Amino acid sequence: MARMKFLVDAERCIECNGCVTACKNENEVPWGVNRRRVVTINDGVVGAEKSISVACMHCSDAPCMAVCPVDVFYRTEDGVVLHDKDLCIGCGYCFYACPFGAPQFPQAGAFGLRGKMDKCTFCAGGPEADRSEAEFRKYGRNRLAEGKLPACAEMCSTKALLGGDGDVIADIYRDRVVRRGKGSEVWGWGTAYGPGKAGAQPPAAGGKS
Amino acid sequence: MKTFGWIVAAAAAAAALGLAGCGESEQVIVYKQGKYQGKPDTRSWDNEPLPAGQGGGNWNKGDRTSWEEQIKNRQLAQHEYKRVGH
Repeated sequence: MARMKFLVDAERCIECNGCVTACKNENEVPWGVNRRRVVTINDGVVGAEKSISVACMHCSDAPCMAVCPVDVFYRTEDGVVLHDKDLCIGCGYCFYACPFGAPQFPQAGAFGLRGKMDKCTFCAGGPEADRSEAEFRKYGRNRLAEGKLPACAEMCSTKALLGGDGDVIADIYRDRVVRRGKGSEVWGWGTAYGPGKAGAQPPAAGGKS
Repeated sequence: MKTFGWIVAAAAAAAALGLAGCGESEQVIVYKQGKYQGKPDTRSWDNEPLPAGQGGGNWNKGDRTSWEEQIKNRQLAQHEYKRVGH
């Protein structure tokens, strides 16, 4: 069963913001709302600067879903976390609960009044007729129903941002890490098999790891 | 004397009522599992594929396996080592 996920390769992201632009354009996201953004650490420090693209990670156990007082969230059969905007009351609980800051709120009126929550849909639309005008207006393009992947991932020039079935993109990323011979600590190789190069033999029983 | 009795009785009643506010009744929060309240959504593979030339995938309407197969092929296009034949 497909379980749609994003995976970002910090070794490859060049902070071009192509994913952000692709998302804004494909879904015609309103001014002030960013479903995706690029976060950079150690900005300007030679050799230490890393960037990753962040949006809704479509959690398997989503905190937004747990805290929503009006239960607008649902998970599709392929693991995408979506919500019904018609029921959203704009309380902002999901924003506080989300570790990625994914839920966004358009400023719908005076005094900071929040509009209905908007977030990355993995380009899977929402609970309206697929590929309809109503769905596009509320949730953006439904690319999965067109047999495509999210625009951000397909647009990424360095393929730092991978999108798709968790098993498939994990295999792609693992292959990269093994080929380039570094970054296994990010992958978790070291945690699983002890320090050493990716592909190295595990330490002998009783030996120091 | 009779008035004084009434006053004492009223004061006692007021004290009893006031002290009742200091009582602590047990409060137990019952966690209720939420359930999606919105409209039902259709599934990706229940749509017709896009017409040829629009860049969409090709699958049989309603057949999840064929939809997953074509989306998997599309995912593998992100693997440049395989794409360029290394």
